[in-house]
Amino acid sequence: MSIAHPTDAAAAGSPADARQRSSGPGRTGPRPGRPANNKQGKKHYGTHVFLIVMAAIWLVPLAWAIFTALRPKADTDKYGYFSTGGAFNFDNFAQAWTQGGFSQLFWNSVLITVPSVFLILFFASMMAFAVSRVSWKFNITLLIMFTAGNLLPPQVLAAPLFEMFKHFELPYAVSDSGNLLNTYISVIAVDTAFQIGFVTFVLSNYMKALSPELTEAALVDGAGVWRQYWDIILPLCRPALAAMGTLEVIFIYNDFFWPLLFIQSGDRLPVTTAINNLQGQFLSNYNLIAAGAMITAVPALIIYLLLQRHFVAGLTLGSSKG
Amino acid sequence: MSVSTNPSARGRKAAAAPARRVRRLSGRDKVVLGLMVGIPTLIQLVLVWIPTLMSVGLSFTRWNGLELTDIKPAGVENYQFIAQDYPPFWPAMQHNVLWLAFLALVATPLGLLLAVLLDQNIRGTRIYQSIFFAPVMLSLALIGIIWQLFYNRDSGLLNFLLGTAGTPQAVDWFGDSSVNIWAALFAATWRHAGYVMILYLAGLKGVDPTLREAAQIDGANAVQTFFQVVFPAMRPVNVIIIVITVIESLRAFDIVYVINRGTNGLELISALVIQNLVGEGQVIGIGSALAVILLVISLIPITFYLSRAFGKDKEA
Repeated sequence: MSIAHPTDAAAAGSPADARQRSSGPGRTGPRPGRPANNKQGKKHYGTHVFLIVMAAIWLVPLAWAIFTALRPKADTDKYGYFSTGGAFNFDNFAQAWTQGGFSQLFWNSVLITVPSVFLILFFASMMAFAVSRVSWKFNITLLIMFTAGNLLPPQVLAAPLFEMFKHFELPYAVSDSGNLLNTYISVIAVDTAFQIGFVTFVLSNYMKALSPELTEAALVDGAGVWRQYWDIILPLCRPALAAMGTLEVIFIYNDFFWPLLFIQSGDRLPVTTAINNLQGQFLSNYNLIAAGAMITAVPALIIYLLLQRHFVAGLTLGSSKG
Repeated sequence: MSVSTNPSARGRKAAAAPARRVRRLSGRDKVVLGLMVGIPTLIQLVLVWIPTLMSVGLSFTRWNGLELTDIKPAGVENYQFIAQDYPPFWPAMQHNVLWLAFLALVATPLGLLLAVLLDQNIRGTRIYQSIFFAPVMLSLALIGIIWQLFYNRDSGLLNFLLGTAGTPQAVDWFGDSSVNIWAALFAATWRHAGYVMILYLAGLKGVDPTLREAAQIDGANAVQTFFQVVFPAMRPVNVIIIVITVIESLRAFDIVYVINRGTNGLELISALVIQNLVGEGQVIGIGSALAVILLVISLIPITFYLSRAFGKDKEA
């Protein structure tokens, strides 16, 4: 897991970290084994036993869900759930997919997640640029406001947002509810507003760590603010943007609450919120519920396998300053 | 107020540079900057801060959520009702405190322990990390479903392992109001510990190795070295972990909502807010008063975090 680069760059924004950095010899790049550990030549038998037990406990719930999902209902009825008798196949997955309308649900998730993540990165990077690269009176105040907003429990704003959207009238040609409820716009707008704060905070730390000479040279060449932002700073932020993008895809895909509040039609819900209805839909057919649950885990699993590094970098970037 | 918090040689430059930069902004640049700041700020105000203030306002009114003209002032009636005549409120407060205590005393230390163990050069550390990290990728709603399959009375694995499946002693772990909060807390720990582990792994890598060496030369054992040198050196990460733990316990919602909508032993403030806002008999005033209580409690960790994160900048 090489998270060294983005973490270091962001950490450089804080004096405490910088002090640490300057006293540590060559703290860049992944460091091979720490000398202190070589001293402990002893074998870690106790540690391994503990970790193996913990890892087994960690895997059991997932393994059980997969195990249940792979067995036909008829076989578990016959042999019991706690048995290995009968067939193992993907029939439950196929049945859950069609019966649960998963192709529609996944499409709904895409319609919410993709625009939200682009809007978040776009707005947050603009804001971060303005507060970190240009000095003016209220930049810290605004940054505090943005950061605090992201930390509020969403339920605090639920009632006013719901009522605002309900009383925001739209022509029926645009929205069949006659207002912003039951539309993706409502979910995208609130997801964006809520996440901008966090991403602005992280990106502004990252941008602060970039040398001021970079944009000063551009200024001398007569480059305007937009060109400094778009052509100079943004390309340098690519690692941070990749990390934040990955993190936000997971955050928005995993968001349960806002679609629950704003979207009433079951066939418009994104996957994560729709799994709440699986139990009623599949009438305590646990094999089908397990298959449905595992289907919803697939996008997270793909990111876990392909982009884990960016995801972890995103999480740790957010925590590198405090 | 300086743009740069970077120390050392750049400090002098940073102090001089902003003034020069501001003067060089052309009229067009000012408009562009205004938009770059104005649009995100407007979004943030309209969709986060104004609704927060409206929650406060609505908590002092009585409203059924239909016509805006139906909003009637109610003084502190909603708060009185919640404290005195609303049975789920005090259990919900207790559950939120229990949630916080469990995450703080069990899940977070477990995550720290895993991070410390995995930070050593032991075999298979990557595999262990991947296993403990996996639940962090999943939504809490999905975690509720996965654990439901594990906890079910008749088909769940746990009762089979305990040997009680099919007997009258079999426990419905998510259904029985005397145990379901604990069952939910274990499910939440499954995710939270992995999250804490990842953050501490990054924190441990950032600790200057010479600090450890110095402590060991001074004769400190591994435990002393950790608690007296390494742990204090991770202060920025510790602050984040404290804030995340408190905020997560206030935000806990998805998992109990998936289990039983936050009723029957799983009442939480966040779930009560929603129960009062949706469904029949909307009582917006009561829901908003509950939201304000949640807001006031949340402001404690938020202020703590902001003072740590921005305190240094303000002094500069």
